[in-house]
Amino acid sequence: MRFERREHRSTLLVIATPILAVVAALAIAGVLIALAGAPVFQAYWKILTSAFGSRLSATETLTRASPLILTGLAAAVAFRARLWNIGGEGQFYLGAIAASAASVHLFAGLPSLLQIPLLFAVGAVAGMVLLLVPLSLRLRFSVDEVVTTLLLNFVALLFVSMLIDGVLKDPAAFGWPQSEAVDAAARLPKLLARSRLHIGLGIAVVIAFLIYFVQTRTVFGVQSRAAGLNPSGAVFAGVPLGRTLVIVAMISGGLAGLAGTIEVLGVKGYVTTDLSPGYGYSGIVVAMLANLNPLGVVLAALFTATMFVGADGMSRSMGIPTYIADVTVALSLLSMLVAVFFTQYRIRR
Amino acid sequence: MMTETVLDISNVSKRFGDNLANDDISLSLAKGEIVALLGENGAGKTTLMSILFGHYVPDTGSVSVMGEALPPGKPRAAIRAGIGMVHQHFSLAPNLTVLENVMTGTENLWSLGSNVSAGRKKLVEISQRFGLKVDPDARLGDLSVGEQQRVEILKALYNDARILVLDEPTAVLTKLEAETLFSTLKDMAAQGLSLIFISHKLDEVMATADRIVVLRGGKLVAERRAGDTSKAELAELMVGRKVTRPLREASTPGEIVLEAAGVTVRSGGVDRLKAVDFRLRAGEVLGIIGVSGNGQAVLAQLLSGTIGRTAGDLVLFGKGVGDLTVADAVANGIGRIPEDRNRDGAIGEMAIWENAVLERLPEFSKAGLVDRKAGIGFAQKIIDGFDVRGGTPTSRIRLLSGGNMQKLILGRNLIEHPKILLAAQPARGLDEGAVAAVHERILEARRAGTAVLLISEDLDEVMALADRIQAIVGGRLSPSVNAEDVDAQRLGLMMAGEWEDTTHAV
Amino acid sequence: MSALFDILASAGLWAAVLRIATPLILGTIGALLSERAGVLNLGIEGIMTFGAMVGWLTVYNGADLWVGVLAAALGGAMFGLLHSALTVTLGLSQHVSGLGVTLFASSFAYYVFRLMVPVAGTPPTITPFQPLDIPGLSSLPFFGPAFFNQTAPTYLAIGLAIALAYVIARTPVGLAIRMTGENPHAAEAQGVNPMAVRYGAVIAGSALMGVGGAFLTLSAFNSFFPTMVQGRGWICIALVVFASWRPERALLGAILFALFDAFQLRLQTVLNGVVPYQIFLMIPYLLSIVALAVMARRARVPQALMQPYRRGER
Repeated sequence: MRFERREHRSTLLVIATPILAVVAALAIAGVLIALAGAPVFQAYWKILTSAFGSRLSATETLTRASPLILTGLAAAVAFRARLWNIGGEGQFYLGAIAASAASVHLFAGLPSLLQIPLLFAVGAVAGMVLLLVPLSLRLRFSVDEVVTTLLLNFVALLFVSMLIDGVLKDPAAFGWPQSEAVDAAARLPKLLARSRLHIGLGIAVVIAFLIYFVQTRTVFGVQSRAAGLNPSGAVFAGVPLGRTLVIVAMISGGLAGLAGTIEVLGVKGYVTTDLSPGYGYSGIVVAMLANLNPLGVVLAALFTATMFVGADGMSRSMGIPTYIADVTVALSLLSMLVAVFFTQYRIRR
Repeated sequence: MMTETVLDISNVSKRFGDNLANDDISLSLAKGEIVALLGENGAGKTTLMSILFGHYVPDTGSVSVMGEALPPGKPRAAIRAGIGMVHQHFSLAPNLTVLENVMTGTENLWSLGSNVSAGRKKLVEISQRFGLKVDPDARLGDLSVGEQQRVEILKALYNDARILVLDEPTAVLTKLEAETLFSTLKDMAAQGLSLIFISHKLDEVMATADRIVVLRGGKLVAERRAGDTSKAELAELMVGRKVTRPLREASTPGEIVLEAAGVTVRSGGVDRLKAVDFRLRAGEVLGIIGVSGNGQAVLAQLLSGTIGRTAGDLVLFGKGVGDLTVADAVANGIGRIPEDRNRDGAIGEMAIWENAVLERLPEFSKAGLVDRKAGIGFAQKIIDGFDVRGGTPTSRIRLLSGGNMQKLILGRNLIEHPKILLAAQPARGLDEGAVAAVHERILEARRAGTAVLLISEDLDEVMALADRIQAIVGGRLSPSVNAEDVDAQRLGLMMAGEWEDTTHAV
Repeated sequence: MSALFDILASAGLWAAVLRIATPLILGTIGALLSERAGVLNLGIEGIMTFGAMVGWLTVYNGADLWVGVLAAALGGAMFGLLHSALTVTLGLSQHVSGLGVTLFASSFAYYVFRLMVPVAGTPPTITPFQPLDIPGLSSLPFFGPAFFNQTAPTYLAIGLAIALAYVIARTPVGLAIRMTGENPHAAEAQGVNPMAVRYGAVIAGSALMGVGGAFLTLSAFNSFFPTMVQGRGWICIALVVFASWRPERALLGAILFALFDAFQLRLQTVLNGVVPYQIFLMIPYLLSIVALAVMARRARVPQALMQPYRRGER
């Protein structure tokens, strides 16, 4: 058996790829559901209705999708330039804690219109800083950033845990380790009354379009895409590889930090160590499912959020562990990898 | 002398698409004989050796070793029959020791221990017998290139090779190393081994081989005993054709636009370019000929602005420029056609228009925003003006055929009438029609006053386009000769590094 | 200061060192074996999680402890096969495939665990491996409790590390593995099948990772809970670099690392209240990053690591 590069790739195939991948993942997960003794189609129907069956569930799904769009974009932007940022989870937490601390201790009392943008900036910078460490290790000592960003996730989470159990601890929380609630003016306005859905969703979608615009329309975007697709060709065309990578890292880390900021300002208002159910890691899957396309990230994040919210509901009524959502999402990543491969290669003999 | 035939290649043909790489070639090798295989790039030498070694299956014909037919397309069978191959690019692992490199795969994989002492004994024995001195326990990466080649030869001998094929064995060696190698090879032949070596260098061929076989255009065109021929005859046989006068009108070269004086580029501890001199004038084509791997790529990279120099001066339009950057090159009107268009010349997954403007984005952007419309217009102009077929400005450049991609690359460089054009292997891998189109464009640019530096391994191409010619051998450039005054023999000698006696620089 | 010395001089510390080191030794030599053949296996974190779960579940369902270990090895091998199919046959990015395997293996482990073991107030437990009583040695003063009072898998791990060091350095198959990791084309030219070697190394390495995970549930603790692997897999990947891809150094590196870890655990109790405990917990991860930065340039990386091999393509 041999593989041969395809000369032509039809647009249809490219669009169908993620759909096929998701279908394959759902089929395999379906086997696992069946093995657990539950009716498969009913289970999937339950997932769908639990995610979108009511106003409450639909807004909940969209609320879950917001941070996923941002962490997905963080991964997509980095991966496109072949910067393997797996540290989204740590950057998310660092952004969240930085913004909440800034709101409580620095900007308390500032009006929303001023405070919220300031906090966004603080959170984004915190995420950037955390990614610049492994990037500089890569550029100076050629240390693989995959492992360092992964390890920093644990460091960041412990750091946050230390802060909310120490200097930033809320004295009014009956001893629970959590940060003080942010200033009321720092809370993000709701998108819909009587729901948790906040303007973070709108911001995330706007940023997705913005990234798409940057990647396709700006000099930097075109250069960084070239650097990721073909470094050697980019160098020949005069693209400064190192500088491009630093800017990409700042955008990627910044987006993950912003995701944490928006989550804390939009949903809870304070930081705990379970602020994120793995948004940073799921962002990687979201990016891969979207084939690194920023607009695709919005759809992939929606799919992932649907699985997570839907599986919660399905689990309660059918006794299938909620982890089926994680399994399905992981399987979609693997089948997406294989599907993308077969859009590029065909089997010979 | 007893002539026992050990290898018999009979009537071998091999076709790749339209290209007949080997055309009915027959060749035999006697025990203890050294045969040199001489020919230009693309003459079919490598194909023939790949068939011998079982990497390719011939369309017709057969190979037999010691009277027994070799099953086609089976490298293992070739090894077992006693054929050893020493590639130009070594198949070695720098982090392992010499002994480990040699012993890989020679023992039963599942035995619980490796009989290292027996292996070492055998290796030492062989290396003493043939005078291939090497420390079995040295890390391969710490050895010089010459020593690494010795390890490659030892590897073949360790597998009991009786017939040794060496592909361009001296391409990477210093003069001294090469001399040592050839005395070793003669010694091996005297001990009953048979050798084939592939070469372009007339000196070493004349000095070492018993018999010389010349390939040209896939055909075996001549066979000479070393004593019955001369370097001059071989050079002419190798290049072959009556030198065709190019169809280009005379031009009066203008002022010097680019000059290199004593430029050296060192990387990885080796001088890739050695004190290179040339002068390029407006309105002329300077052709750099040479066999691949002699420093052409480094020269092209240097002038494209992707690598810096170690010593010497580059003078652009009368001003010293130190190191060129890509931005300098583009801003100064230097058009660049890279040697490998897929690797360096295009980002396959990006649109044609993006590829057209990538190196000159500042021109096509305002406040950091790419002017897509202008870019598309620019790409359309190239497509129309340079007859690029098979794509629109917004389709991916990967979808273009090689020839059309090259026309696009040519177009993005020529459309703004550059003062200088660097063209590295501009017609490599293209079909006849595309070659003609590319050549036409280059001559047109010359007519318009562009100074063209043409780096090519294709003699026909250089003869068709160049006004003056310099040869590059081992990172050194020969003095230039007028294309009008040169004949096949002279070019063959130049490419073999024999220019000391022909120094009338122009 | 004397408190520090007391910690170092206590037999309990050294007993803890070997216990903490065991999963790291197994994970590190597993990752090392696979990288020596040229394949980075970032599936390690998930594979260790799955090994921990399946080993525990097997024993929980009544099987012998060693059957649990075997189940963990087989489970690990299964994910190794998946990773090889993606990275060796298809030649996909080893980074992305490995992360995918980690996400899949860990979520699959949690799913199976939840399915088989209903939620309970206190997690169900098994009877784990007990310390071996080695006649003569275990009763030595200080050295007995410090080094000869471990469970069988610890000795197995040390034995496997030494065995792997021997196999890699001294046997034909070890040489074939190294050549494949350095230059698969050269391996092929000498009649070694690089694809087969890579499959074998990744699968065997993943089995070791699975056993490393199982040590957590069958010896160090007696129950399974999600996230219990706690980044140990990533630390193993860093230890491989620290060990310059040499099994004997991996053994020492894992023990050294465990020494720091055990030391900080005890230091924590001494300095309780003065320094937040999270600082101590960060140390292993920071140490790994420092080790990477110090060693990355110095270490001899297998030259073909992360490079897919396709026949005839150079």
